[in-house]
Amino acid sequence: MAHQPDHETYTGHSAPHHQAPLGMYFAVFAALMILTVLTVWVSRIDLGHGMNTLVAMSIAIVKALVVILWFMHVIHSPRLTWIVVISSFLWLAVMFVLFYSDYLTRAWNIY
Amino acid sequence: MSDVTLHPSAEHAAEPHGHGHHHPFLQHHFEDMGQQHEASTLGMWFFVAQEILFFGGIFCAYFIYRSMYPEAWAAGSKLQHWQVGAANTIVLIGSSLTMALAVWGAQGARRKFTTLMLVLTLILGGIFVGVKGYEYAEHIHHGQFPGSMFTFVHPDNPQLSNGIELFMTFYFTMTGLHALHMVIGAGLLLYFIRRAWRGDFGPEYYSPIEIMGLYWHFVDIVWIFLFPLLYLV
Repeated sequence: MAHQPDHETYTGHSAPHHQAPLGMYFAVFAALMILTVLTVWVSRIDLGHGMNTLVAMSIAIVKALVVILWFMHVIHSPRLTWIVVISSFLWLAVMFVLFYSDYLTRAWNIY
Repeated sequence: MSDVTLHPSAEHAAEPHGHGHHHPFLQHHFEDMGQQHEASTLGMWFFVAQEILFFGGIFCAYFIYRSMYPEAWAAGSKLQHWQVGAANTIVLIGSSLTMALAVWGAQGARRKFTTLMLVLTLILGGIFVGVKGYEYAEHIHHGQFPGSMFTFVHPDNPQLSNGIELFMTFYFTMTGLHALHMVIGAGLLLYFIRRAWRGDFGPEYYSPIEIMGLYWHFVDIVWIFLFPLLYLV
């Protein structure tokens, strides 16, 4: 039972984490602002055939990733945190796929 | 990986409280501050994971009804002032920046800076919810609140009105739940402002601010998706 701490996942002892440079937070904010402007700008162009929604959601996913990785510090988190974060989106994907495999394959409506 | 992350290692178990000095905020069931921090953030991530699924279910329903009533969704979205939504997006992402800076300040034991950033986060969050309240009042005034209060008739295509009511149901449900999270977050901020001012936080102990940040950034992410889906259809 004599475990040695796995130093790759748990470094322990005193200071829990390294501190990111202040400039990083402003860079992330600037990136989020640019992506917000892009969201509004691209919504005013008609890309046709549901492409607008696809582009809008793609930008939103990039923004969410930026927030999760840097504002929420996941990029410097232990692997166990990565597993929880990734699996939460995995379950979300399962929910979406099961919902739409039902609704989008019903013959009686407009699909 | 395994269980090592959450349990004291054998070498330290032999001397349960043998460390020379304990951090005053170290809970007795943790080996040291680093382990306590990891357990805290991991626990918060489990909470955020269920929040993702909670909002995810509503987003699922949104997309299903949107694919059924695309014209009504487009018309309903036109009832929103995208400029107001965009301004509120900037305010909310700004509050995420100040929240992240508060964590940075707590890591460096910058007491006044941390407190100031938390206060700014609270103010920006308050502006966001205030603007939301103004938007709600406008919708209610124009008969766009779903249910018996719904008197709105689309001027060009009255047949769309029922679908628009459904869109507005999603609008109020999604933004309402989001605003509820903001209000809860504001209450938490008040508590942490007091603790930050008292000087509780430093490089060894900033987990509460970090966790507050995880919550606040999550609420920000929900809005990042709500903005294009409700204002820019």
